Amino acid sequence: MASRISTTMDAAAFVAPAGGGEPGTVGDIHASDPVITVRGGNVHYGETHALKNVSLDIGRNEVVALIGPSGCGKSTFIRCLNRMNDTIEGARVTGEFRLDGQDIYAPEMDVVMLRTRVGMVFQKPNPFAKSIYENVAYGPRIHGLARSRSELDDIVYGSLRRAGLLDEVKDRLDRPGTGLSGGQQQRLCIARAIAVNPEVILMDEPCSALDPIATARIEDLIDELSQNYAIAIVTHSMQQAARVSRRVAYFHLGMLVEVGATDKIFTNPSHRLTEDYVTGRFG
Amino acid sequence: MQFSTLLLILCGLVVASFVLARRRAIATAGGYKGIRSLHSLPAYYGYFAAMWAAGPALLLLLLWSAASDPIIMGRVVEVLPEPYRSIQGPELDLVLNDVRVLAAGRGSGTEQQQALQGTAAHYQSLQAASRSLLATLAIFLALAGGLYAYRRINPRLQARNHVERVIRAVLVGASTIAVFTTLGILLSVVFEAARFFSRVPFHEFLFGMEWSPQTAIRADQVGSSGAFGAVPLFTGTLLISGVAMLVAVPIGLMIAIYLCEYAAPRVRALVKPVLEILAGIPTVVYGYFAAITMAPLLRELGQALGLQVASESALGVGLVMGVMIIPFVSSLSDDVINAVPQSLRDGSLALGATASETIKRVVLPAALPGIVGGVLLAISRAIGETMIVVMAAGLSARMTANPLEAVTTVTVQIVTLLVGDQEFDSSKTLAAFALGLVLFLVTLLLNVVALVVVRRYREQYE
Ligand SMILES: Nc1ncnc2c1ncn2[C@@H]1O[C@H](COP(=O)(O)OP(=O)(O)O)[C@@H](O)[C@H]1O
Ligand SMILES: [Mg+2]
Repeated sequence: MASRISTTMDAAAFVAPAGGGEPGTVGDIHASDPVITVRGGNVHYGETHALKNVSLDIGRNEVVALIGPSGCGKSTFIRCLNRMNDTIEGARVTGEFRLDGQDIYAPEMDVVMLRTRVGMVFQKPNPFAKSIYENVAYGPRIHGLARSRSELDDIVYGSLRRAGLLDEVKDRLDRPGTGLSGGQQQRLCIARAIAVNPEVILMDEPCSALDPIATARIEDLIDELSQNYAIAIVTHSMQQAARVSRRVAYFHLGMLVEVGATDKIFTNPSHRLTEDYVTGRFG
Repeated sequence: MQFSTLLLILCGLVVASFVLARRRAIATAGGYKGIRSLHSLPAYYGYFAAMWAAGPALLLLLLWSAASDPIIMGRVVEVLPEPYRSIQGPELDLVLNDVRVLAAGRGSGTEQQQALQGTAAHYQSLQAASRSLLATLAIFLALAGGLYAYRRINPRLQARNHVERVIRAVLVGASTIAVFTTLGILLSVVFEAARFFSRVPFHEFLFGMEWSPQTAIRADQVGSSGAFGAVPLFTGTLLISGVAMLVAVPIGLMIAIYLCEYAAPRVRALVKPVLEILAGIPTVVYGYFAAITMAPLLRELGQALGLQVASESALGVGLVMGVMIIPFVSSLSDDVINAVPQSLRDGSLALGATASETIKRVVLPAALPGIVGGVLLAISRAIGETMIVVMAAGLSARMTANPLEAVTTVTVQIVTLLVGDQEFDSSKTLAAFALGLVLFLVTLLLNVVALVVVRRYREQYE
């Protein structure tokens, strides 16, 4: 076992043999109705081996929380799922990444279409320097999703409503999106992401720049969105993971250490590293 | 005493102050072990004393060199030989100049110089006296300053803070020099321009349609009416700058976009230095290129197409000037495009936009204010550009919007008005200053607006 994960000896020594899924990961990596399936995913940034042999499913209408100490590869993992790592110089991705059975990294895969199906919300809210309306209309416009202005209006209003932002901004849709509060900006970014009607939404620490009230609103929103979308959310807050997710995946030094149902991970983790982390002895 | 000897002695005194003061600081602290009881490190006490030794003496040197010659000359005037007693103004200046020449031992033996021999000797002796007085005073000041600082040294003296204050004063002084030089230039131009406007009415200059600055020497000369309507110069400048911007802005911008958004690091590392070389080519070389290569080329091209192209066409000059400005536009745009946060690009790409859609819809709109600022700076460079237009643009003022014709520019006219033997108080030469003032004000305005726009833009992404 230790020979497969050979780069970091002391970490490898911690990783116990498989408990029911792929070797190297404790817990069941499978989902009953998977949208995303990853098998043996590896990422190198030049010399850095940032993601080591990770296998994980993400099910339809399921929220999976990815937790782990900083630099353990959570962002790297989700950025593989919409190929945002393509924009990074020197990033090399190997292994099997599938969306609805289609190989995400196949040469014939249309990255542009992939990204409309796998949306993303970033750590820092990043609204464009455009009006609130135009921020949400951005995706539908470039993909030609609306045939008329009224169709576009419908999409924009619907997305804002589903993002829980419409009531706050409906009489200032022409004002710049950058003028909103941090929490509103983040919900605007969520509205922007769902406006192109993706199947999966990736969220990379979406609340880390927000205050507790704005955070609570986003968490409620994630709850609602999970009825229609598969969501993978990276978070540093154990409480947040416990509140919003059905399953939790714990990453450590680029490896996926343990996957399991949320309450199991937080009350009765199987792996020492997971236990250390969720009990706050680590990270 | 030679001036250089004096400087050497002063340097010696300053160094000595430093060494002695440092040593004394250590001594007052009770040797190296007690250094922690000093307020500042020993070297700061050294600098403190050195500054006291150097500062007043240097100030004296400066003031003396500015004030001594006028005073000495005042004395010389009093002892001029009889025939020169009563003369004044420019003629007196000529005489005094001869005195200087004689005193420097470069006399050429004219009659006047022979008459002034005695005066020159007197001048020389006054100068010598002045020099030795200066040397004595400066050395005394350096000694006194050094000693004063030396006596003040004790462990509680905040030498470090004193040094900091002096450094600050020196830096402030350096920046005021720049400001005052600019003011001085502006004032001299304004002053001469005012003399021009006392002869030619302001509105006639700014709004007049005819430019023909050669005033007639004989009444029967034609085409020499002396008209100072600058509008044709402004339109000519605008036409050439316009062509230049049409070349420089799109190409510069596309280069910047390519370098920022598409180029691999290796390509970037290759192209950037090449652009810097382009920016470093002396404008005189561009001038050759415009006059010798571009102009004939355009002429032949025009002939092939059945068009009449002047050999000094605005088009040719503008094209070459545009090439000159490309690196300027590209490097400024490169900066602002790079300043657009990567998170915005990521946001757009993650929505499934292609790279070019992202650039067109997100990056460029976000960078637009900065790019506009850069373009304004480029325009101000274009209208101030002189060498290329002097070598390749026309001389006669013509009001036209046709870039195939020859036009002249403000800078070309300034040069032609001032080059050669000119009286400096004819309307013709003074007109050059009026033009200069306009040029100065317009570029100043453009630069200020550009800076404000760019600053706004920077704040947006703080
Ligand atoms: N663009 C990059 N270039 C090089 N190394 C990177 C890059 N992004 C991340 N890494 C490295 O990959 C590892 C995982 O990073 P990341 O996925 O961002 O961690 P996390 O999101 O869990 O904090 C870290 O060691 C980090 O230094
Ligand atoms: Mg991260």
